[in-house]
Amino acid sequence: MSRIPFLSSFLILLLALLLSLAIGSVFLPLAELLAALTGHGADLTNSILWKIRLPRTVLIALTGMALGGSGAAYQGLFRNPLADPYLIGVASGAGLGAVIAMSVKWSYSFWGLMAVPLAAFLGALLTVFIVYLLARTGNVVPTTTLILAGVTVSSFAVSLTSFLMLRSDGELRRAMSWLMGGSIQLGWMSIAAMLPYLFLGLSIILLNGHTLNLLQFGDEQAQQLGLNVSRAKTILLIAASLATAAAVSFAGIIGFIGLVVPHLIRLWAGPDYRQLLPLSVLGGATALLVSDVLARVVLAPQEIPVGIITALAGAPFFLWVLRRAKNQGVW
Amino acid sequence: MYREHEPFHAGTYENAWEPMETFSPDLNRDDGRNNMLKVTGLSVRYGARVVLENISLNVAGGKMLALIGPNGTGKSTFIKAVSGVIPAQRGKIQVNGQDVTRLSPLQRARLMAVIPQAAALPPAFTVWQTVLMGRTPHLNFLGQPSQKDEEIARRSLERVNALDLAKRRVGELSGGEAQRILMARALAQSAPLLLMDEPTAHLDLKYQLNILSLASSLAHKDGFAVLIVLHDLNLAAQYADRVALLAEGRLQAIGTPEQTITSKLLVPAYDVPLHVLPHPIHGRPFVSAIETAEQYA
Repeated sequence: MSRIPFLSSFLILLLALLLSLAIGSVFLPLAELLAALTGHGADLTNSILWKIRLPRTVLIALTGMALGGSGAAYQGLFRNPLADPYLIGVASGAGLGAVIAMSVKWSYSFWGLMAVPLAAFLGALLTVFIVYLLARTGNVVPTTTLILAGVTVSSFAVSLTSFLMLRSDGELRRAMSWLMGGSIQLGWMSIAAMLPYLFLGLSIILLNGHTLNLLQFGDEQAQQLGLNVSRAKTILLIAASLATAAAVSFAGIIGFIGLVVPHLIRLWAGPDYRQLLPLSVLGGATALLVSDVLARVVLAPQEIPVGIITALAGAPFFLWVLRRAKNQGVW
Repeated sequence: MYREHEPFHAGTYENAWEPMETFSPDLNRDDGRNNMLKVTGLSVRYGARVVLENISLNVAGGKMLALIGPNGTGKSTFIKAVSGVIPAQRGKIQVNGQDVTRLSPLQRARLMAVIPQAAALPPAFTVWQTVLMGRTPHLNFLGQPSQKDEEIARRSLERVNALDLAKRRVGELSGGEAQRILMARALAQSAPLLLMDEPTAHLDLKYQLNILSLASSLAHKDGFAVLIVLHDLNLAAQYADRVALLAEGRLQAIGTPEQTITSKLLVPAYDVPLHVLPHPIHGRPFVSAIETAEQYA
């Protein structure tokens, strides 16, 4: 395995992290940034960095990791380049789950916060099984039925979510911008609440690179090569849904990262999932950090939800992939 | 780690382990010499439809059995049932003396390797990556191949004369090349039983002979038990040690080519007038189907 993709991915991610820490309503130059990071900065800089910038950056990076990793896993599971937690409706299902949990009043205690990703996970899991059952024809999941089923289930979940939000009072209405991919600013607490789900989901995904490679040969060959196919698929669906739920719970519904990142990585580093998965995790973090920085600057001083940026960049990309897949019949 | 770059310099891994492990089966073990595969009373149903009824046959190590029969008589189903992709409702399947119906996919994959029709391979994988997939039942839980695994994959590619294709993408291969890669992948599994599902379908004449002589030498030279589903009766007669005729889900006959490939058995099975003559060169049965017997009388 070549180390170059990993090294360069790390370097680019590091750059994106610095960018995200430096840029905002107050610009922090590198020297001040480093001083504040080591605890030697001015009081104001310290508190901007530790209370606002750093938690946000970490949250965005973790969310990007979850979206990149689960996107790659869904693409491998469905053997379809257009599978993405957003497009196949899983993110919306997770969003619905999260909103139901938030509408219960205990939301802002720590344990209430921990329940949000759990509810999101259940929503995601339910959605992915419904979409999978609707879209599957025989043993394959064709793009058309996958996207159709995803869009249908997704709009159902989104409508239900909006209904819940509109009939509730103030608390939940604030979640509106969250739902469009504006992260909830809860500092380190939300990171602590998402980490267990994220860690579990991503670890399982990263350990299954060879399994996903085998699944690319189809269920029958995978089994004849020694894979317990139905068990492997169930485990991977659960893991990818855990990661998606962790992302959606605190960063809202962010589309296209899970589609674009694994796809670009595949073009760059090849189809081997043992490389593709970790690189997609790193790339997802980078892509979402850059999008988030853009979301902070394009209408500064006003911030826009990062989901708008990823959709603006991702939707044309989606069309390009669709065209490419149509022309070549392969991916 | 995956060493995609220059994975094999002859001699690099020489003496890497002792004794030399190859993919060839050990015929002195257990039941292998006579019954590497032993199927007894196998029945398969799809819902209410009976696809295979009470099939019993065996394949010895070092021998090649051809399974012939008209379309839709359950030849591919037989391979799926033996390899565990679909469940058998009744019957016993033993490989090298072990009852495989209770084994996990991983344990089965150590005993038998399936060579499917070349149709569906993920095109972006390289030949080398694809052949290494054959090592799956021997890898650790992370799926990282060891030096030994790479050496076995290299030898498997060498055995099918495809070492020069290693760096190519599977999507760029011709049908015949892809079929040889699938055979190399099966060899990499180091399993004593090879199941081939119509490997010559869609191949031109040259590759048909190429694949079949390879299959035959894997049985006769390397000692594998080879079960091969074939459409072409003449290829079956020419290469197989024994031929089994399947029609309407039942085993109609099993024996030497001379015993099975006879007009008496084939005419009712295929429902077409045909003549069986001794081949002028090798003397085995030669089948010629004609529209109506009277036409040329």
